[in-house]
Amino acid sequence: MSMPSTQAPAVAAPVATHAKADVAKLTPKISIKNLEFFYGDSRALKGITLSLYANKATAFIGPSGCGKSTLLRILNRMYDLYPGQRATGEVMFDGDNLLRDDQDINLLRARIGMVFQKPTPFPMSIYENIAFGIRLYESLPKSELDGRVEQALRRGALWDEVKDKLGASGLSLSGGQQQRLCIARTVAVKPEVILFDEPCSALDPISTAKIEELIDELKQDYTIVIVTHNMQQAARVSDFTAFMYLGELVEFGATATLFTTPSDKRTQAYITGRFG
Amino acid sequence: MTATATKSAALTNPLYAGRRRRNAIAKGLAFAATIFGLGWLVLILGVLIYKGLGGLSLTVFTENTPPPGAAGGLLNAIVGSLVMTALAVIIGTPIGILAGTYLAEYGRHDKLSSVVRFINDILLSAPSIVIGLFVYEIMVAPMGHFSGWAGAVALAVIVIPVVVRTTEDMLSLVPDTLREAAASIGLPRAHMIVRIAYRAAQAGIVTGVLLAIARISGETAPLLFTALNNQFWTMNMNQPMPSLPVVIFQFALSPYAEWQKLAWTGALLITVTVLGLSILARSLTSARKS
Repeated sequence: MSMPSTQAPAVAAPVATHAKADVAKLTPKISIKNLEFFYGDSRALKGITLSLYANKATAFIGPSGCGKSTLLRILNRMYDLYPGQRATGEVMFDGDNLLRDDQDINLLRARIGMVFQKPTPFPMSIYENIAFGIRLYESLPKSELDGRVEQALRRGALWDEVKDKLGASGLSLSGGQQQRLCIARTVAVKPEVILFDEPCSALDPISTAKIEELIDELKQDYTIVIVTHNMQQAARVSDFTAFMYLGELVEFGATATLFTTPSDKRTQAYITGRFG
Repeated sequence: MTATATKSAALTNPLYAGRRRRNAIAKGLAFAATIFGLGWLVLILGVLIYKGLGGLSLTVFTENTPPPGAAGGLLNAIVGSLVMTALAVIIGTPIGILAGTYLAEYGRHDKLSSVVRFINDILLSAPSIVIGLFVYEIMVAPMGHFSGWAGAVALAVIVIPVVVRTTEDMLSLVPDTLREAAASIGLPRAHMIVRIAYRAAQAGIVTGVLLAIARISGETAPLLFTALNNQFWTMNMNQPMPSLPVVIFQFALSPYAEWQKLAWTGALLITVTVLGLSILARSLTSARKS
């Protein structure tokens, strides 16, 4: 957990006061300021200000419809695919506002990868699922590409299970394997941030445990953001947690603090299961 | 409580007994309707095989349509049909797939799309003779003569709406999460469509093209006004061109026994082809589902 001492103190002040001690030493990878989001005329996010720290996992929790997935999907501009959705405010990613109109969205998405709720393997072989993304950005000789595919599949903790059937369809794998294939595919593109949108909600407990373990390992190299319905999962995998309610950020802080001594009554009610 | 006791109790309940009676009547009616509907189909197939199989021989495929009273085959008509059908598919498929792609991928939320979709549905059910007359007006009349080109264009006009519809339907079945997944690794939209969505919808789109071929291979009316017919062998698309349906139409109405026999054989050939294409399309669709 210790960061190099050469790192400058964090610029953006976190919302929660009790997390200050931890936060002072960390670098924000993404700083969100006064973010508002609209589906047509209805406002789904209200003045969100929050920092996502490099090489940490941040969880977004909250009841259905609180805006946690909406917030996640702003970070890679996924909402751009749909008309009538827009965001205002500022989302600084390595000093560049990713909301600006002339943002190269495809390059942005290569730097900020995403893993979805349902596994989404492409309709092609296991090998091609991984190689496909690599080829988008690099032209490698076959031998090197093979190495990169293996490396990505190892990173996704899937290599041992599929090394003898790389030519089989990605759709022939089990749900949990498919999800790890999708993680490997995301990693293969060499992103800096990986967004997880309820990655385990369609999986059985054993697959869930594997994915959580994987997320924990991935933190060493990537900044992780995870949306989850499962509070135990947030507590297990994340370093920081943001509790959202009705489009607002209610509380943000170190996960250990937020789950043991929440400062807002609504957070307390939610984590003790009284609503949501 | 024993089983028999329960059963008799149920039967003595007048409400339940009435329900059982109504169920038996409905089942009987549905069965009778199925037999009635399928019966005609079996009858048609039976007569076709009975009358057509006798005339089926190698000469059907090696000799051209004969003059009245002489022996001959259907070679020029078969080739004419194949050429015009192939050309119609070559013209119609790209247009149909591109239009279907626009409707399913780019213009899904546009007002224009619902207009295009509505017009396409009308075209889908337009009487084929109207399409024949349309192509007559825009091609045959200005050119001054019937031609294979005009026939192919008329058939292409029939192919397009079928392919548009199936392409749009099949692409709509591709889940949005797959599109988002492609976008999430930085794939631009056009690449996503060609490399992910088409691949996922491949079997369905091919099925649509096969069904379009099946549809046009039996069309007579649009060819009567465009390609007309030709007694002789021709590969010149600028000339009137023979086709199986038109030859069947002409020969079946003629008073000559040889021509009538060839018409039955031709009808059998078309039916078997259409049946084969439909079975192929079906098996492709079910392969996709499994």
